[in-house]
Amino acid sequence: MRPETVVPSATPVDPTTPPPTAPPHDETVPHTHPEPGVDPHPPLARAGRALRVGIGGPVGSGKTALVAALCRAFADELRLGVVTNDIYTTEDADFLRRAGVLDPARIRAVETGCCPHTAIRDDIGANLDAVDELAEAVGPLDLVLVESGGDNLTATFSRGLVDRQIFVVDVAGGDKVPRKGGPGVTAADLLVINKTDLASMVGADLAVMDRDARARRGDLPTLFLSIVGDPTASRVADWIRHELAHHAALHPLAVPVGPA
Amino acid sequence: MATPSLLLLVADGRFPAGAHAHSGGLEAAVAAGRVTDLASLEAFLAGRLATAGLVGAAFAAAAHRAAVPGITDADEAAGSAGVAESAGSARRPDALARSAARSRTLAQLDVELDARTAAPTLRTVSRRQGRALLRAGRAIWPDAPFGDLPASPGGAHQPLVLGLLCAAAGLSRLDTATVAAYGTVTGAASAGVRLLGLDPYQVQALLVGLADACDGTAAEAARAADDPPERLPAAAAPLADIHAEIHATWEVRLFAS
Amino acid sequence: MRALARLVARADGRGGTVLVELHGETPLLLRQTPTDGGVATVHLVGGAAGPLAGDDLRLEIEVGPGAAVRVHTVAASIALPGRPGAVSRMAVSAVVHAGATLHWLPEQLVAAAGCAHLAESRVAVAAGASLRWRDELICGRYGEAPGGAVVHTQVDYGGRPLLRQSLAVGPRAPGWAGPAVLGGASATGSLLVVDPSRPAEPATVDGTVARLPLAGGPATLWTATAPDAHTLRAHLTG
Repeated sequence: MRPETVVPSATPVDPTTPPPTAPPHDETVPHTHPEPGVDPHPPLARAGRALRVGIGGPVGSGKTALVAALCRAFADELRLGVVTNDIYTTEDADFLRRAGVLDPARIRAVETGCCPHTAIRDDIGANLDAVDELAEAVGPLDLVLVESGGDNLTATFSRGLVDRQIFVVDVAGGDKVPRKGGPGVTAADLLVINKTDLASMVGADLAVMDRDARARRGDLPTLFLSIVGDPTASRVADWIRHELAHHAALHPLAVPVGPA
Repeated sequence: MATPSLLLLVADGRFPAGAHAHSGGLEAAVAAGRVTDLASLEAFLAGRLATAGLVGAAFAAAAHRAAVPGITDADEAAGSAGVAESAGSARRPDALARSAARSRTLAQLDVELDARTAAPTLRTVSRRQGRALLRAGRAIWPDAPFGDLPASPGGAHQPLVLGLLCAAAGLSRLDTATVAAYGTVTGAASAGVRLLGLDPYQVQALLVGLADACDGTAAEAARAADDPPERLPAAAAPLADIHAEIHATWEVRLFAS
Repeated sequence: MRALARLVARADGRGGTVLVELHGETPLLLRQTPTDGGVATVHLVGGAAGPLAGDDLRLEIEVGPGAAVRVHTVAASIALPGRPGAVSRMAVSAVVHAGATLHWLPEQLVAAAGCAHLAESRVAVAAGASLRWRDELICGRYGEAPGGAVVHTQVDYGGRPLLRQSLAVGPRAPGWAGPAVLGGASATGSLLVVDPSRPAEPATVDGTVARLPLAGGPATLWTATAPDAHTLRAHLTG
């Protein structure tokens, strides 16, 4: 049902890794250019309600940057909304607004009273309200990204709030993070190991991280990501597209929309 | 039917109604330098209990009264409760009439509580908390008459939802008022632990010291619920209004209120 | 001491206001003072010290359709202790009919040590009528802790509840001086402005003064705390 685990072969792990100040278009990373004017993605089936994807992970692991990348990826493809739970309330939302990647009307910030994990796991009403308010404000949505406030390795989303969750760790947090485990690393539907462009600078061994992630996660997928090299987080976006198709099959539109 | 466990469940800070995200005005009072330690936290809690606590508890008790009309606490303890007013019986004409009467009373309580909440931010907060509590109530007691709450765009005021929810749980009117009064002090106290790094044991001791006042407030609120809505308590706190409107302007805040 | 005073105003049909009824009893004496434009101006003249605990004073005001009345007091009233266990009460009830205007702008109420006082205002404002209503409370004379005082204000607009607030200070009001209620300020008050011609403005705060648009009508409440009566008055001029 889920994509295969993606090994980190597509990410720059050799010592020629460019520094983070390199231009974002990194020719050392294998990639393809879509034909101009051709949508590389077939239109997705629409579901009866938005797929809700939680994006969690420790402070500074790049959750907001991933959300911004996904906003770029889906800008012309999906009706998208974002709920942020940053401990400093509107900061993440402001980041997304300033980055110009999403209409401010499609972003809601939830205050968590110093308890970011509570707001996404134990007491999810404010987040559910925010999801409802988004739909009330901008109409039906295909995808809502719920970004948690930066917390620790034990924070996960309630299944009452999100359909799928992505856990984001970064190489700068140390290559032992996947080995430590914790519910985010072991049980998230997708583990993203972020900032691979920094691996050589912080002495992180991506092969070790990959091995430990596989040991912890069994068949659950793991993706290595460098937003410097892939500003639309294309493989994470592909994973979400796959989940969206699955979600549409599970939650069909109540009233089928077809040609008149 | 009411049981001690149900009372504890509904009053528990872990009951998923969004309480963790609210400081009851404490965050702004801390920022203003008015609450800095245990002693000033205690004064804050005492004042909040006597003002917002009393008003909220009285409106929760009045909403409970609307949900469980003509039944005294003693009768309720004997087993009848608000869940009897369920959707299942709504087809009966007397149930329809009761639903209409309940709607009228709740609508009246709603505008009366608006008139007691001068700060627009506090009105919004109360309705947001009501909405969060309603989400929990509907999920847990799907047959309770939450549909009789006024359809305000921002949601019904929290005490009104609490009154109906407690009735659905089979709690007495006094229990309902106690849950409301207790929530106004424990929420702010917990925020005090988080915001000021206070010793949690000492904060709990402080709450133990306030328990009599909390019970007294609840008893007063439960008695007041027999008065017509316009005569329900209206205890005001100028700084609560001022703090709330300052807090709403902050770009960076930890608590929703 | 018990006293009843009554003021009834009617529009005179030429853009002015006549006082068709104006009578009082000691210590509630009413005096009409020179008219300001089309507005009838009345001063409440305290005929005795007080109120003292045990006093029961009532003032009724009715402003007929299209009439305009402004009421002041000549001096602050000082609530003082009286018979042990007794409460002093000053109740003002006002009815403001359609198109009428009432300004109730008295001097401060001072809650002296040992007092037990209830100031109660009930105002019914018809839809389309205007009101300015000021309540100011000084907690104790200079350097003095106040006795018990409750200032209760209840205003309806167009038959709908607009404002209900009871501010309680003194030994029987837990936490009143603390950081949830007055934060150690010895003066507090509010100015309610009901003005159907004025669009609602958003809430603002400046120091310890807040401007609060109300839910129940075209009305704004200024609420403030201050270190003294003079500063408070400066906050509550609307």
